[in-house]
Amino acid sequence: MLQFIPMQAEISLAAIMIIILLADLIMKGPHHKTLQTMTCTLMVIQLILNIQPSAGEYFGGMYHCTPVASVVKTILTAGTLLVFMQAGEWISSPDSRHKAGEFYVITISTLLGMYFMVSAGSFILFYVGLELASIPMACLIAFDKWKHHSAEAGAKFILNSMFSSGLMLYGLSLIYGTCGTTYFTDMTANITGTPLQILAMVFFFAGLGFKLSLVPFHMWTPDTYQGAPTAVAGYLSVISKGAAAFALMSILTKVFAPMSDRWELMLSIVIVVTITLANIFAILQDNMKRFMAYSSISQAGYIMLAVIAGNTQGTTSLIYYITVYIVANLAVFGVIGAIERHTLGENYAKADKVEGEHMENALSRSEEIVKSESAVSRSAYAGLYRTNPHLTFVMTLAMFSLAGIPPFAGFFSKFFVFASAFNAGHWLVVFLALVNTVISLYYYLLVVKAMYITPNDNPLPHFRSSWLTRTSLAICLAGIILLGILSSVYGGIETVAGL
Amino acid sequence: MEIEVHVLHYLVISTVMMFCGIYGFFTRKNLLALLISAELMLNATNINFAVFNRYLFPEQLEGHFFSLFGIAIAAAETAVAIAIIINVYRNINKILTDDISEMKG
Repeated sequence: MLQFIPMQAEISLAAIMIIILLADLIMKGPHHKTLQTMTCTLMVIQLILNIQPSAGEYFGGMYHCTPVASVVKTILTAGTLLVFMQAGEWISSPDSRHKAGEFYVITISTLLGMYFMVSAGSFILFYVGLELASIPMACLIAFDKWKHHSAEAGAKFILNSMFSSGLMLYGLSLIYGTCGTTYFTDMTANITGTPLQILAMVFFFAGLGFKLSLVPFHMWTPDTYQGAPTAVAGYLSVISKGAAAFALMSILTKVFAPMSDRWELMLSIVIVVTITLANIFAILQDNMKRFMAYSSISQAGYIMLAVIAGNTQGTTSLIYYITVYIVANLAVFGVIGAIERHTLGENYAKADKVEGEHMENALSRSEEIVKSESAVSRSAYAGLYRTNPHLTFVMTLAMFSLAGIPPFAGFFSKFFVFASAFNAGHWLVVFLALVNTVISLYYYLLVVKAMYITPNDNPLPHFRSSWLTRTSLAICLAGIILLGILSSVYGGIETVAGL
Repeated sequence: MEIEVHVLHYLVISTVMMFCGIYGFFTRKNLLALLISAELMLNATNINFAVFNRYLFPEQLEGHFFSLFGIAIAAAETAVAIAIIINVYRNINKILTDDISEMKG
């Protein structure tokens, strides 16, 4: 394996974070555009440096990177790069352009936390990584300081995140009490399935269930997605969810392997409830970000189907699913963000003069809420096909991929996930999930119907986004089409997962 | 008369603290009270780690280290949470959970 220095991915990412922080301090005047170009370039360099899967064990087994974990890191980095490309227009708005540097630094620090989370060899490093991924995330969600939706969402997120880490830590403390170690490798021998360990596992699973927004623990998700800036909501829905899913899978299959009967039953109930409830609620939504939140809850249920299989096929289909989900979901969030930006465009031109001061008075705040609400409601998309055919095309294909319609990647990712769960013998869960796929088709197509069929006399006028946004949407589009057709992607992941 | 303090005594305390925290988190209306409840839960786990280490595995230090990390991270979380709650207060002048329910559905 080609690797220059130990923990290369983590070290180079931390270096990028520091470079951006210093550049933000040194540069004078408005520099959000330069900063975006610089960050995107550095992330591309990070991708190229770490494209080769690496492995290694350092600090006495505390840090344990497998080739699969390395592949997951690369995928997460690519997803973050796409988010950065899409975030440019939002970050250059007058309200937030002076804190552009903070946005990039905080986002990269959450990514660093996810790196540590997926390659942890001990619960201590796992917990530190998880918190490094979720504390700065709260800052990102509350980033739009003068919008009180954003503050409300941030408060809900950080309190739920504290509650869930409390639950998870309690489970970890009980496991530590029964095993006497926090290292994954030493722990497996002591896991026998005593009642205390089952209690501990349930607490641990509940804690991670919050991060993944599985159903009994999903209450924070819709509010947080709706209130967060659109780019952050996209980041939250794919990158942090993907990292948490992979970490959950590796811990359940590595540490809790002797108790697999117990957690398979628990997981299958959670999966069925998650997918069904999220589908029912998604049908009722009119706000696109809330709708995508419920969609992401149900997608988390599908991801858990790969976890339940718990073997190499499960790992492969999990990573493949995450990859496809990243491109499809980021395409949707990219389109939502672009449309929101251009609907709010005039509003921001005015705000430029007053510099956010008028946001403090109550009357304009309610106006602002009405405006930002209508910018992301489904009715804003009516008749979009006539004025913005390209955006409509991207959105349509992304929706098809999320729903799992055959020629697109979403179909294959769903197929592999179902196949792995079916091969592990969970045919009832797979059947119920299949039924739910049909239901989900309805609400994904509602959006497509609004764009193509619903008549609208004055649809959103034609607009052109920045070239970075357009490039990122093109990459997402290529991913949606090519990831399904090129069988070498799945094959490549399978080879690495088998190592 | 001397009473010997056993591992069980500590565990009773920490369990009571844990579930007080969970109960408080579900019933309180004030955001700061929610924060305090969550802190209570985190502290209960720190007691657990320290006690397990001291009484069951005295030859190692992993549990103590976990408590230390837990305390540091809880402090960071509280700092961010308080900053966000202050921001909520500046925006709407209220910090009761009933008042921040504009988003629902």
